[in-house]
Amino acid sequence: MHASEIVACVDGPLLVRGDFELVSSTGEPVERTRRTVALCRCGASAIKPFCDGTHKLVGFRTEPPREPDAVEGSQ
Amino acid sequence: MEATRSAATSDEWSFEAPPFGARGPVSEQLLAAFRRPAADADETLAGLPVALADAIAATDDIARDDDLQLSLLLLHGLHYGSVVDADEEWEWHPSTVAARVAIERAFEHELRERVGSVAVPSADAEAVAAALFKLTKPTPGPSVARFVAKQATDEQAREYVVLRSVYTLKEADAQTWSIPRLSGRAKAALVEIQADEYGGGRPERMHSAIFARTMRELGLDDRYGAYLDAVPAITIASFNMMSMFGLNRRLRGASAGHYAAYEMTSSLPNRMLGDGFRRLGYGEEVTDYFDEHVEADAVHEQIAGRDLAGGLAEHEPSLVPDIMFGAVASMMIDGWAAERTLDAWTAGRSALREAVDLGRSAQLEEVS
Ligand code: FES
Repeated sequence: MHASEIVACVDGPLLVRGDFELVSSTGEPVERTRRTVALCRCGASAIKPFCDGTHKLVGFRTEPPREPDAVEGSQ
Repeated sequence: MEATRSAATSDEWSFEAPPFGARGPVSEQLLAAFRRPAADADETLAGLPVALADAIAATDDIARDDDLQLSLLLLHGLHYGSVVDADEEWEWHPSTVAARVAIERAFEHELRERVGSVAVPSADAEAVAAALFKLTKPTPGPSVARFVAKQATDEQAREYVVLRSVYTLKEADAQTWSIPRLSGRAKAALVEIQADEYGGGRPERMHSAIFARTMRELGLDDRYGAYLDAVPAITIASFNMMSMFGLNRRLRGASAGHYAAYEMTSSLPNRMLGDGFRRLGYGEEVTDYFDEHVEADAVHEQIAGRDLAGGLAEHEPSLVPDIMFGAVASMMIDGWAAERTLDAWTAGRSALREAVDLGRSAQLEEVS
């Protein structure tokens, strides 16, 4: 069991939870208002370093597109 | 409004009338009964089952039925508190429970019929998350959030807040009811989201409290139900649906799917809503609520899709169809409510059910 965990979300941000410190490149602490944060990795967020969901608008892909595998019915 | 009395002694009690009125025979009988102790139910609720069965049989669109949706809100309100001032014994009184379940069953039946058959992913967390993200993919074109961002008047922006208040003054409470009905990864995920919704230990950062502050800053009354008469049935139905999903263990799959879809359609619209209020000249005290959700829900949507809905799917594969039902139902009912609002606004009408003076804030008057 590690003190913190980073989840690389498919087609989305890096989710960071646990015990960690978030600092800028000059080492200044980045203000954080929640325990678990989502860090932008698509580059398009307006609230960097945090994710604001914009990755969905820019079609950000972390891997070859994966089609949800529908097995029955249709909408 | 805090009712702390119980039904041991009766007579001299009087329960305050709520700040809203009935919308038909069922809600009228319930509201009248709630002014009296639950011990008087035989008298005050006489004939209710028949009146209710008639109303359910007569409605051709329960999601837009004013009397039935208000009645369901009143009945769920007994569990929430702070909806109507009433004898607390009503919460589990057999007659109110029976009424609640009767409306819920009819409502659920209608929702399932309208949703129809839905594509079901395999019971794998990533597949479920992918299916939910696909379902909720942002679409171009008119939306309430875009309208608020670009062109809403001050009055329309206030109407938006009033409509949203039905759920948001009790934000996250409906979903909290699912916590003990889940286990393992899904439960941990929901608790992680809810801790954030409830302010991470700081009551003033609780989302419902931040929203109440937005209302006060706009000069609006933040007491629950203060503008309920102005809220159309479909908006109440959207809230009732989440309460129903949360209160029925059987519907835990739908509740998880609903919450995931709700979080997935929140960040981007809230950014636009914040921009709209800034465009109208409001400061951080008003936009804080929307801005907070841009960041929060970008976190929540990942946890809700993968760990809550996805985790539940892996733990209980038989719930996958209900997870997708809840998600589609969320998009559907909120789509109906949004369509009603946009139709009204683009036609130059109020989106409210009846005209209410929502005032203008002192802050804005100073500026203009
Ligand atoms: S990863 Fe979400 S906005 Fe960049």
